[in-house]
Amino acid sequence: MSDINITVIDREGVSHKLIAPSDMNMNLMEVCKSYELPVEGICGGMAMCASCQVYVHTNNHFGERNDDEEAMLDDAYNVKPNSRLGCQISITTELEGAEFELAPEEP
Amino acid sequence: MIKTDIVIIGAGPVGLFAVFEAGLMKLRCHLIDAIPQAGGQLSEIYPKKPIYDIPGYPTVLAGELVDKLMEQAAPFKPGFTLGERAETIDELPNGNFVVTTSQGTKHEAPVVMIAGGLGSFEPRKPIIENLLDFEQKGVNYIVKDPDQYQGKEMVISGGGDSALDWAVYFAEKDSFVHLVHRSDRFRAHKDSVAKAYELAKLGKLKLYTFAEVKQLKGKQQLEKVILETKDGTVPIETELWFPLFGLSPKLGPIADWGLEIEKNAIAVDTFDYQTNRSGIFAIGDVNTYPGKLKLILCGFHEATLAVQSAYKRINPDKKFTLKYTTVQGVQGFD
Repeated sequence: MSDINITVIDREGVSHKLIAPSDMNMNLMEVCKSYELPVEGICGGMAMCASCQVYVHTNNHFGERNDDEEAMLDDAYNVKPNSRLGCQISITTELEGAEFELAPEEP
Repeated sequence: MIKTDIVIIGAGPVGLFAVFEAGLMKLRCHLIDAIPQAGGQLSEIYPKKPIYDIPGYPTVLAGELVDKLMEQAAPFKPGFTLGERAETIDELPNGNFVVTTSQGTKHEAPVVMIAGGLGSFEPRKPIIENLLDFEQKGVNYIVKDPDQYQGKEMVISGGGDSALDWAVYFAEKDSFVHLVHRSDRFRAHKDSVAKAYELAKLGKLKLYTFAEVKQLKGKQQLEKVILETKDGTVPIETELWFPLFGLSPKLGPIADWGLEIEKNAIAVDTFDYQTNRSGIFAIGDVNTYPGKLKLILCGFHEATLAVQSAYKRINPDKKFTLKYTTVQGVQGFD
C-alpha cells in the first residue's frame, strides 16, 4: 500500500493537492480534516449529517453510495447527481488522481 | 434567579461528566441546553449508533452512554434548564456571572463552563417561501410538551429518527399522522420504520413517500399544507406541521461572549481549559488548543482538570485536596 494523490477544491474555489495514506482505513472526510479544510464531520463519519458532502469531479471507480448515505443525501441541501458523503469514501489506491469539490455549507 | 456553583452550558457527555467531577469536589452544577433533552449530539444525532473508543466499553450505544452519564451525575443533583439557548453572559460587580437564556431564565454562578460541542442545535429548515409566517403558528421544528398535540391531526416531514419516532408516538396516542418523506429510504432506525409501516396498515398513519410539503396556507394560523407527490398535488387540512429534518449545530451567541475564537472554537489554556475570560472555561468539542482532538474521552479529561481550577476559584482559602473515589466512594448531595 502507498500514499495517493487527490485534489480537493474548497468553497472559495481554491484547489488543494493532498497526499493521503491508503493503508490507514481513512476516509475522505478525515483526510480533509487533517489538512484543516473546512469540513465539519459533525456526526463523526456515520453518514448521519451532510457536513462532509462533496461533488466528485473525476471518474475513478470507488464504489457507489451505500443505503445510509443515500438516505442522508435525501434530507440534505445542494445535492447533485455526483454528490457523495466524504466520510463514506474510503481512501484506497483506486482514488489516485481523483478530484473532489466541497459542497456549500448548509444554510 | 437560579444560583449554583458552576453553570454548565451544554448538557452533552462532557457537560454531564463535569457534574460528576464537580460533585466530588462538593460543587453543585446547573446545566443549560438548547435541545429539550440531555445528551447533546449523542441523543440528537446518533442515539442508536455504537461508540467504540470509550475506555472500558468495547462498544456502547450513544444513547446508553448518555443514560450512564446521567446515572453517574445523579447523586450530585444537577439542575437543568432544557430547551432554552444560553444567550448572554454578564459579569456582576462581585465577580459572579449571570447566564441568561432565550426564554429569559437567569442563572448566577462564580464559574461558567462552556461544554457546547459544535454550538447549539438549530433546526434544519425546509425552503418554503412563507415558512416564517407560520413558525409557532402551526409550524414547529421541535416537539416540546407532546401532550398538547395528543389526538390531533398533524403532518410530520422527514426520514430520520425524530420524524419516525414522533410519527409512531403520536399515531399510537390516537392522533392522525400524515408522514411525508422525500424518498422511500429512511435514515431512522429500521424498527421505527417497520412500526410506521405497520401503523399505516392499521390506518392510524398515512405515509407519503417521494413527497414534499411545498406550500403553506392559512390566515393567522396554519390551515393547510400542500404536498407535491409523484402522483401530483395533495392538499391536507391541518393546523400542525412538524418539519423534522434534524438539527445542525451553529456556534451562535457563543461567538459574542468576548472569548477568543479560533477556527470556530474557543481558544483555551491547556493548564486548566480556561478561556481568555477568567472564570469561564471551555471543555469538549467547543474548545481548541494545539494538538486538540475532538473526542469524547478527551473532553472527560478536560472537564476533570477544569473542575480542579474551578474549585480553587470558588474556594480560594481552602487547602485543595484531590479526591480518589476508591477511598470513600461517592458521597452525593442530600
